[in-house]
Amino acid sequence: MPFEPVILFFLLGALAGLIRSDLRIPAVLYESLSIFLLLAIGLKGGVELARYPLGDLIFAALCVVLAGALIPLIAFPVLLRAGKMARADAASIAAHYGSVSVVTFAVGSTFLAGQGVEAEGYLTVFLVLLEFPALMIGIWLARRGEGGGDWGKVLHEVFAGKSIVLLLGGLVIGWVAGGEGLKPLDKLFFDLFKGMLAIFLLEMGLVAASRIGDLRRAGWFLAGFAIIMPLVSASIGITTGLLLGLSIGGTTLLATLYASASYIAAPAAMRIAVPEANPGLSIGAALGITFPFNLLVGIPAYHWLATTLHGVFA
Amino acid sequence: MNRPLQTRKLLTIVCEAALEKRLETELPQLGAHGYTISDARGSGAHGRRDAAWPASANIRVEVLCDETVAEAVIRHLEARYFTTYQLVAFLSDVQVLRAEKF
Repeated sequence: MPFEPVILFFLLGALAGLIRSDLRIPAVLYESLSIFLLLAIGLKGGVELARYPLGDLIFAALCVVLAGALIPLIAFPVLLRAGKMARADAASIAAHYGSVSVVTFAVGSTFLAGQGVEAEGYLTVFLVLLEFPALMIGIWLARRGEGGGDWGKVLHEVFAGKSIVLLLGGLVIGWVAGGEGLKPLDKLFFDLFKGMLAIFLLEMGLVAASRIGDLRRAGWFLAGFAIIMPLVSASIGITTGLLLGLSIGGTTLLATLYASASYIAAPAAMRIAVPEANPGLSIGAALGITFPFNLLVGIPAYHWLATTLHGVFA
Repeated sequence: MNRPLQTRKLLTIVCEAALEKRLETELPQLGAHGYTISDARGSGAHGRRDAAWPASANIRVEVLCDETVAEAVIRHLEARYFTTYQLVAFLSDVQVLRAEKF
């Protein structure tokens, strides 16, 4: 069965939340785990990155970022017109869906590793690159025609934010040190990775369960959007992956990245840049529906689709 | 040498943690000589804020100041944040020693 055991921890957290258990993950542990996960993902990517010539990556990275920019541009008019949402809400949700979720990416990598499928290590670079363009597009969509906007503050919020600092920092450290150099750190950052991810997912399950109320208020349209949008985004990812000649694993991970919706970096940036948007809607959809959907159904489905289409086109 | 107690304002702001960095720069600009920030959780018009993760975390900001500064800060909060952020602010009279500090 293509089922990743760490997902069961997410389900346990969600269940604990739904039955109103007194289980709580202390905020400091949440912070510590996210620092660990971001660094570990960065390091792993950096070690892999050292195996590829950087020049070859630039073209692929550019394609990945441009294709990724389609996602918020598709999502925004749908939310605005079909969903009849306020401009700020539509823009903020579009930014959440255009940006990426590091944890979804981590679960996707773990899933592939469990299946014995190799993926290009430089996908981590795409993870870093895909985090912020959609946030900029979202802010532009919300502020278009008004002029002004707090660009300086927002750029600082995103680039100096811990997720970019740690991912990029880990990437550089891993790249400079190389696999041999990092050997002494392997036990902490790589061997323990899955266990740490499991505890983090337990916490995300708890938080996701607490967002159910927001979603009930948001209505069916947003719930449907939260499932259909990742499928659309994943299709863009699979197409891009095939055109770039990525492996099955790489195509699956790219689809997973596109399909994922940010619920850590995007809420922080949107709260400052587009404060009139209701965070309950975007976080409720991204974390309450899209995140579990990708974990339970999406990732195996993208893998299946990538495998099938790879057989046809490659 | 017992110096007398003097009256100053205690301004308390309870708001979402997303505003922490902004308030840290704005409060001194508005004339506050200092402030104390602590993590907080609770419930109000926007439902429960349980601090389980950053998006549902609150802070409580306390500022000891004179009436002019208190008024300036509260007007600033009203203009910038009342409509779009989860925030309450209230004033009370407190007795302090060394009133010149505030």
